[in-house]
Amino acid sequence: MTVNGIEQIVLYLIILGILIKPLGNYMANVYEDKNLGLINILRPVENIIYRMSGIKKEDEVSWQKYATDVLLFSLAGMVILYLIQRLQSILPLNPQRLSSVPPDSAFNTAVSFVTNTNWQGYSGETTMSYLTQMAGLGVQNFVSAASGMAVLVALIRGFVRRKVNTIGNFWVDLTRTVLYILLPLSFVFSLILVSQGVVQSFHPSTDVQLMQPFVSANQRVSTTEALTIRTQTIPLGPAASQIAIKQLGTNGGGFFNTNSSHPFENPTPLTNFLELLAILLIPAALCYTFGRMVGDTRQGWAFLGAMFVIFVPLVFLDYYFEQQGNPYLSSMHIDNLGGNMEGKELRFGIAMSVLWASATTAASNGSVNSMHDSFSPLGGMVPMWFIQLGEIIFGGVGSGLYGMLVFVIIAVFVAGLMVGRTPEYLGKKIEAFEMKMASMVILIPAALVLMGTAIAVIIKSGLAGIANPGPHGLSEVLYAFSSAGNNNGSAFAGLGSNNPFYNTILGIAMFFGRFWLMIPVLAISGSLAKKKFTPASAGTLPTHTPLFVLLLISVILLVGALTFLPALALGPIAEYLISIR
Amino acid sequence: MGKKTNLHSIFEAKIVWRAVFDSFIKLNPLYQVRKPVMFVVEVGSILTTLLFAFSIFIPSQESSLFILLISVWLWFTVLFANFAESMAEGRGKAQADALRSSRKDVIAKRLSRPTRDAEITSVPSSQLRKGDFVITEAGDIIPGDGEVVEGVASVNESAVTGESAPVIRESGGDRSAVTGGTLILSDWLIIRITANPGEAFIDNMISMIEGAKRQKTPNEIALDILLAGLSIIFLLVTATLLPFSLFSVRAAMQGNPITITTLVALLVCLIPTTIGGLLSAIGIAGMDRMIQANVIAMSGRAIEAAGDVDVLLLDKTGTITLGDRQATAFIPASGVKAEMLVNAAQLSSLADETPEGRSIVILAKNKYGLRERDIHSLQAKFIPFSAHTRMSGVDLDGREIRKGAADAVEAYVNKNGGIFPQDVRESVKEISREGGTPLVVAERKEALGVIRLDDIIKGGIKERFAELREMGIKTIMITGDNPLTAAAVAAEAGVDDFLAQATPEAKLELIRRYQSGGRLVAMTGDGTNDAPALAQADVAVAMNTGTQAAKEAGNMVDLDSNPTKLLQIVEIGKQLLMTRGALTTFSISNDVAKYFAILPASFSSIYPQLGMLNIMGLSSPQSAILSAVIFNALIIVFLIPLALRGIRYRPLKAAMLLRKNLLIYGLGGLIIPFIGIKIIDIMVEMLNIF
Repeated sequence: MTVNGIEQIVLYLIILGILIKPLGNYMANVYEDKNLGLINILRPVENIIYRMSGIKKEDEVSWQKYATDVLLFSLAGMVILYLIQRLQSILPLNPQRLSSVPPDSAFNTAVSFVTNTNWQGYSGETTMSYLTQMAGLGVQNFVSAASGMAVLVALIRGFVRRKVNTIGNFWVDLTRTVLYILLPLSFVFSLILVSQGVVQSFHPSTDVQLMQPFVSANQRVSTTEALTIRTQTIPLGPAASQIAIKQLGTNGGGFFNTNSSHPFENPTPLTNFLELLAILLIPAALCYTFGRMVGDTRQGWAFLGAMFVIFVPLVFLDYYFEQQGNPYLSSMHIDNLGGNMEGKELRFGIAMSVLWASATTAASNGSVNSMHDSFSPLGGMVPMWFIQLGEIIFGGVGSGLYGMLVFVIIAVFVAGLMVGRTPEYLGKKIEAFEMKMASMVILIPAALVLMGTAIAVIIKSGLAGIANPGPHGLSEVLYAFSSAGNNNGSAFAGLGSNNPFYNTILGIAMFFGRFWLMIPVLAISGSLAKKKFTPASAGTLPTHTPLFVLLLISVILLVGALTFLPALALGPIAEYLISIR
Repeated sequence: MGKKTNLHSIFEAKIVWRAVFDSFIKLNPLYQVRKPVMFVVEVGSILTTLLFAFSIFIPSQESSLFILLISVWLWFTVLFANFAESMAEGRGKAQADALRSSRKDVIAKRLSRPTRDAEITSVPSSQLRKGDFVITEAGDIIPGDGEVVEGVASVNESAVTGESAPVIRESGGDRSAVTGGTLILSDWLIIRITANPGEAFIDNMISMIEGAKRQKTPNEIALDILLAGLSIIFLLVTATLLPFSLFSVRAAMQGNPITITTLVALLVCLIPTTIGGLLSAIGIAGMDRMIQANVIAMSGRAIEAAGDVDVLLLDKTGTITLGDRQATAFIPASGVKAEMLVNAAQLSSLADETPEGRSIVILAKNKYGLRERDIHSLQAKFIPFSAHTRMSGVDLDGREIRKGAADAVEAYVNKNGGIFPQDVRESVKEISREGGTPLVVAERKEALGVIRLDDIIKGGIKERFAELREMGIKTIMITGDNPLTAAAVAAEAGVDDFLAQATPEAKLELIRRYQSGGRLVAMTGDGTNDAPALAQADVAVAMNTGTQAAKEAGNMVDLDSNPTKLLQIVEIGKQLLMTRGALTTFSISNDVAKYFAILPASFSSIYPQLGMLNIMGLSSPQSAILSAVIFNALIIVFLIPLALRGIRYRPLKAAMLLRKNLLIYGLGGLIIPFIGIKIIDIMVEMLNIF
């Protein structure tokens, strides 16, 4: 680890920390319908939207109706996105004349973007037209993120409200999130990105003559004749606008295939730093929003405490692993004291690659600026474990915090008993119904990941995609299903997944990983909203203390470790232990 | 019934044998299916037994001995859990037997109609039906639960309550309920029987204790769901290990995939068997501890609620102050010498064995140096207190000294042609205003003065309230006294608040107010007029001496009729929940060590490098797996006493309790299995069977 690298990571954490309170405060104002300062000029737009779509903003609904609205909205989004891809060849704004996307890939991509996963089986610049990118994927980048935040706000209302049946109005929460939070932030951020050289253009990709033609060793036309490469295609497109929201909304779906390692997506160390910041910005600030909305900001800081205490050591651990270099190279007396640079961009270096890998997997972003497949065994295990913890260490916008709240409910249940009271959190009793729903939220992603991986490693079409031999092969499949089942979207690469088998099974995993969690979360909200409020006393378990934070961390790590340790032992851990012998 | 339980009484031979027998009966899968965690273990036991049977005929990759040993210990795991539950039930059954034997069949004097002069038929009490009238006289045992329709009598209820001081039972009002099996000491009562044989209070108690009506409580259900959820996760973890290991064998090109036996062993070690096996025992034991405290809870739900109580409504008399007031001053009437009053007061109290009477004699001795005299040598005739005259006194040498309530004595003085002096009336008023109780002493037509009786705050009660405050529980004193007196007593006792001049309506209102603020309220009560408040309160403890209406409105009955019991009830409720939480934490933390035992053992043939995870240095793969399974089974046995007694409870703030329990059961749960599994492994190695 270098001093410079550590400084960059620390600077990142400090700036992130500074931004949490102002943004968190602002978002609470949005959801509590308070003064938004400059943004108030958008108020008429909100009202026009309601008038045009026949929404009455005072109409609040039960959790069942809220869940139905989220589901129908998402299903509609999925159908539209599927159709845009399938009809791409006849739709406008397709300067490359790209053909329509095959059905399995279109299904996978539709589910992927609607579920805020943004797993990409395809390669952006050679598959998606500009229209598909903007009207299809770009729109879902906004609304899938907003849906997650809306569900979080509905859950918060469950804690705040007393003896009522309603948890808010999905359409209003969705509109406000997009209009007042995601659009303004993305607008500003896109402009900064463009200023740094991120492309934003409708121009088709350009072919340029290479100054030095070269003979490709890989792309042989036949076994005897090597291909001489003379031109390079430079892809263009409306990228900057997409990249802003992909980072802010924990989407992560790159405009170009190589995602944020592509110079047109992430050209400079400054864009790298800002895009990194954008990954964790909203998920972290939402903790403060939560604290303010429940009337006790200490509760929000407690979450942040838990998140940072898990995040920071793992980042440095990951940094340490990557800085170690490759033992196989060392054994061949090849100098790699600079650390393991395979799959990393020189302009970012190890520290910023590792920090990105950690942030993008801790939050369910999934964009990458380095190839996780090329990390050292344990260096690659850290991002994978971040995902497997359930995307709650920051996590997706909204979805991360509601996942964290479910873990809090479980921690409170056990801890509450230990202080001799039936468990309660924020004055609401945690009873059988909440436990049933909370258990589902913990169970479903674990089931999707483990069962998906198990299926893939025994059936032929699953095994066909595995490129690497040995334990690394298992890691690749495990990573793919962890990513899909927890709606992360990053890939370990090395796994050939753009085929009907993986497109379909991963699509199913993403779908259930998103909505089978949202529904129980909304059910918890509905059940809590109906309950009466129990004021705290000295006998109540305090949930903002370091002790509770420690307990919460233990529960998260223990559940994460107990669920995935056996699989990890046969993957990265075995790979590591073999490599050091 | 003993209040303290020790190991000896937990493991009484008779109970243990019955429990061992029951443990096998409970292997019935239809019974186990109610307990998801243990059901999984039982299925695992059956599966490994079958695998063992197969392995005898078809050689497999592991030895039959290994499969047999795993199978045997899995069966033990189920049996140990059954044993814990049976032990908890056994103690209740033993107690029910004791109660049943105390129930006596007596001959009742049945009346044809409810008057004294009605015709009497003698019938055994077992033939009495609801609505029958019986007469009981001094020396009789009351034949069944009933309500007094005529008469006033003192009754010894020690058979039910253990309290030997007699109580007054009379028709109408709050003292009209009588319990079968209690003894009439004086006078007579005509009673209407209110319960058929088998439905009486004592029968209810027996069925409650035996757990015949036991259902899972809400918190138990919630915990069961969590445990089931964890079990499903671990089922997935172990089930998917088979394909993972098959893939790995191919990838590593060496070794054997994980065996079914090992998978079952891993599954049983991972699912929370410790808490899953002990959960029902903890619940039954909680009910049992209530019974040890002489409290009958009508449901397990009530015991859980007791742990949550935020507000305690406590009656002043008997809870905060000693039930008996004590003499603190003599105030002579004008023109009467103090010595004369003291002398008369002492004479009238010499034969009065009530605590008030004795306190008068003591005060006379301490303050005026008046020595005690022997009432028999004085040839005096003692007139005991009666419910009719509301006075007691003494006749000697032609003198007639009486003491009693001011109005009763005034009537007595007037009857004898005297005039009740104004200054005595003043003193009476003043004492009342200050929260004391005035007793007027008179000799025929002359009122001599007033004895002042005062409340004495119970020793240690103030500290108790401070503890409760620390635990976040608010105490509120309920008294019929005026606000001034109430404030004085409240301040001295250290309660948080008080309700003076409490009427039943005011009590009900107070409870509702706290409940609407989200508080859980506990109270005790005995009178019929307490019934609405009892029904409203979340934890309502009816005194056994109270009326039937009060008992029906409450969700617990205190056989000792001791209002201080409320504090103990809260503790038992908290202890029950804490025991559940602590064992859940312990159970889950245990898993870490089990992974370190089983994972390297299962995969070392595929990736020998994974042997590095064998940080305990266990001797062989088989021994490692077997040791983990044995530890998992034995820990249930070791924790049975803890489950039955409950974890130690001290009144602390929630944060302190959490720290303490996390340290013991969380950190302890993490470390102990490492040590335990290693020790078992050493012993298995010494047997040299693998």
